[in-house]
Formats: sequence, structure tokens, C-alpha cells
Amino acid sequence: MDTRYTNGRMDSAEDAASEALIRELSRHRAVRAPASVLPVVLAGAGLADAYAPTDSPIGPVFVAYNREGISFVRLAGDHDAFESSFRSRFGRPARNLERLPRDLALAIERQLAGDVRAGLRLDLRELSEFERAVLSKAREVPRGEVRTYSWLAREIGRPRAARAVGAALGNNPIPLLVPCHRVIRSDGHLNGYVFGGEAKRRALEAEGADPDELERLARSGVRFVGSDTTRIYCFPTCRNARRISERHLVPFASALEAAASGYRPCRVCRPAV
Amino acid sequence: MQGDSQREDLRQELAADLNGAFERLVLEYQDRLYRFALSYTGDPRDAEEVVQDALIRAYGALGRYEPTRVRELALRAWLYRITLNVARNRARGVRPRLVPLEGPDGDTALPEPEADSAERPDSVYEGAERRRELDALLAGLPARYREAVVLRHVEGLAYEEAAEVLGRKVGTVKSDVHRGLRLLRDAIGDRRTDEVI
Repeated sequence: MDTRYTNGRMDSAEDAASEALIRELSRHRAVRAPASVLPVVLAGAGLADAYAPTDSPIGPVFVAYNREGISFVRLAGDHDAFESSFRSRFGRPARNLERLPRDLALAIERQLAGDVRAGLRLDLRELSEFERAVLSKAREVPRGEVRTYSWLAREIGRPRAARAVGAALGNNPIPLLVPCHRVIRSDGHLNGYVFGGEAKRRALEAEGADPDELERLARSGVRFVGSDTTRIYCFPTCRNARRISERHLVPFASALEAAASGYRPCRVCRPAV
Repeated sequence: MQGDSQREDLRQELAADLNGAFERLVLEYQDRLYRFALSYTGDPRDAEEVVQDALIRAYGALGRYEPTRVRELALRAWLYRITLNVARNRARGVRPRLVPLEGPDGDTALPEPEADSAERPDSVYEGAERRRELDALLAGLPARYREAVVLRHVEGLAYEEAAEVLGRKVGTVKSDVHRGLRLLRDAIGDRRTDEVI
């Protein structure tokens, strides 16, 4: 028996008990850190991205992040495919994690549930200034509401760039968290989506929007709705529009028509300025 | 355990190329820092977050330090100290959860030891179980004694280095370790008695 720890001052029973305990404590040295420590630390230090699956309204997605914030969101599936598309887009590797750190997972969950104060940071460094402006404007569209490409173009001060807005949204690295699905065509067609049209429809439905109704309204030529009591007109999904009762609701085919009827644009959804 | 010359190399590399060498630092120290945090928090998920936070802070600090300072850093003691600070701050901020929300790797609930466990030969399973039991008892010790016992007897630090990590005098650390071991023995004794009754 190893008697290194004997020091003569303890009585022998106490001594033996301590020795056994010390041996047991030293066996703790066999414990290893979980595999997720390295990727999370490198992501936190800004030296690499880490990614893990998480739930979303359109099913499981992979979410990659680094020190600057969330960098990439794609439908969960094959790890190799995700990692190679990450590398080809960003020129750096993403390391797989079993699950996201708790605080990050919570912030994502809150943001997806519509909490605008979730405080989620996004890493949009690889994008052009124009693309960043488009995405940051798209983030202002409230949950359950939709705006149009031309509206967004006008709002960022590039009224003739509606097509470029569409392209920038199509290049969105962080769908769902940057809600590009809330931007559609003026004619009510949902138009493209990085995860496909069906996913765009589901993402809108999950927020309480009704894509069929949007398309029906647009097909019947309605672009805006006004209230004959306030004489204000809105996008049909604006929270102010949804308060107008059937009896007072006035449909408009264009901003011009609304203005000619003596209506002013809503200051919340800004159908015109 | 690594040699001093290897540690010297790592400090040189960190001073010369922090981003290139940092991964090596993580790989070299993550196990011992995790163990230390686990003994401190008693909860694997909390311990993991403590270590991650500590290493990210270490990266930030190394980036701010002058290269000469990095080269002279007592790296191991310094990393333990950061980890200890993070663990202490968390303990102050939020009460550690006693029952984790999900398992199995987050599961720290103590399985009831079988009555004849002392007679059975050691098995891997039993070893893990005993370790969890000891972790829980360690986590129940007052922080002052827990810190000293873990650094000295789990991590195997010399009293001088443990004193440096803890910012206490060597003599104080010795008596903290002694008192901590006694408290731990008493706690184990109580547990074993409970099992018999």
C-alpha cells in the first residue's frame, strides 16, 4: 500500500480513510471534456464556425454561428453536404455540434416565436452593403405580415431595384431568422424561396398569415385596404388593416387610386410615402 | 502530464501566432479544466459551459496581452484561475439546477448504490457511479474547501500552484485541503450509514 500521504500527525484510522479518499479523488483524472468544448470555444473566439440542428416552423434546420453571430441556416440533412456548401460559400470550415449552446438555442427559439427583443446577433459580413440593407429591412417586417419587393426597394432608397431586392433575398444566408419569406410579389404570388415555394407557404402559415387569402386578394386586383372611418389605407396584412371591420373596409387596386379617393397611407406599414 | 518544455513551446507559439496555436491550448487543457469545473458545479452541462466560457475569455485576454507577458505566463495556474472565476460568478448569479432538464449525458441524478457494492469487484459502471456520487458530495462542500481539495487531489497540483490559483497562502491551502477531506469523509460516512439503515 502506498503510504506517501502518512504524515504522523493524523491517527492511523483517519490516515487510512484519507488515503483511500485521495486515491478515489485522483481517479477523477480519467474524466474527459465533452467533444463539443472545442468547436464551441473556437466559434466563441471567432476562429471557426460551429453548427448544430435545431427545430423551426418548417422542420429541422442546421444553424451555424461564430463570435459575430448566426452565419448560416439551411434545412437539416446530410452533414457533408452542409459542411461543403458552408466551406464553398464562406471559405472556412464549420464544425458539427450535437446541440447549440443553451443561450443561443433559447434566443433562436424566442426569435422564431416572434420576440423582437430576442437579441439574436447575425453575421452578415460576407454580404454587400446593398444586400445587408435589404436583409435588415426585411427583419423589420412583423411576424405574420407580408410586404412586396417594390415596397422594400423603396424603403431602402432604391425604388427601381425591386429585382435586385429579390436577388438579395434569394441569397439570404439566414432564412427564417431573417424573414425573407415575408416579402412577396405585388401581384400576390409568393414567388421564390431558398427552401422552395412550399416551405415559404408553411413559414407564413406558421406565423398566422394566410397565403391563399393573400393570393385570392391579389387575383381580384386588391393591393391595399382602407378604412372609411379613418380614411387611412394599409397593406392587407398590416396590424392596422386587420382591425378594420368588414363594413368599413374599402379595397384599392393602387396607391394612386387610394390617394385619389382622399386616403392617406398608414404610417406603420407605409404602403406609400 | 506534459513536460515543462512542451508548455514553454505552447507559450512561444501563443505569443507568436495566437490564432494558429489556440486550438492546441484548448486540446491540451480542456480535460483538466472540465474536471475542475465539474467538481465545482456538480453538473456536466454547467461544467461544460463554464469551461467554454473560461477558454473564450482566455483567448480574449491572450489577444490583449503583450507577447512578453504571454511568454512568461504561468499558463496552467492562469487557466484554472479564469475557470474558477467563471464558476464562482455563475454560482453567484444563478443557483445551479439540481435536476437537469434532459439526459442522458446531462443526467447527474444519483443512482441508489446497491447494498453490496462494497463487496463487488470494481467495474467500469460502478466506477462511474462512485465518481458521480463523489462529485455530488464534492459539490456539496463549502466552496473554499471544495476548490482546495479538487486542485490538490483531483488535479494533482502542488500546494504552491494551488495557492497561486486560489490567491491564498500555502499554509491556508494546506489547512483548507485537510479540513475539506475531513468534511468529505464525514459526508461519505453519513451516506454509507444511510444505506445501511
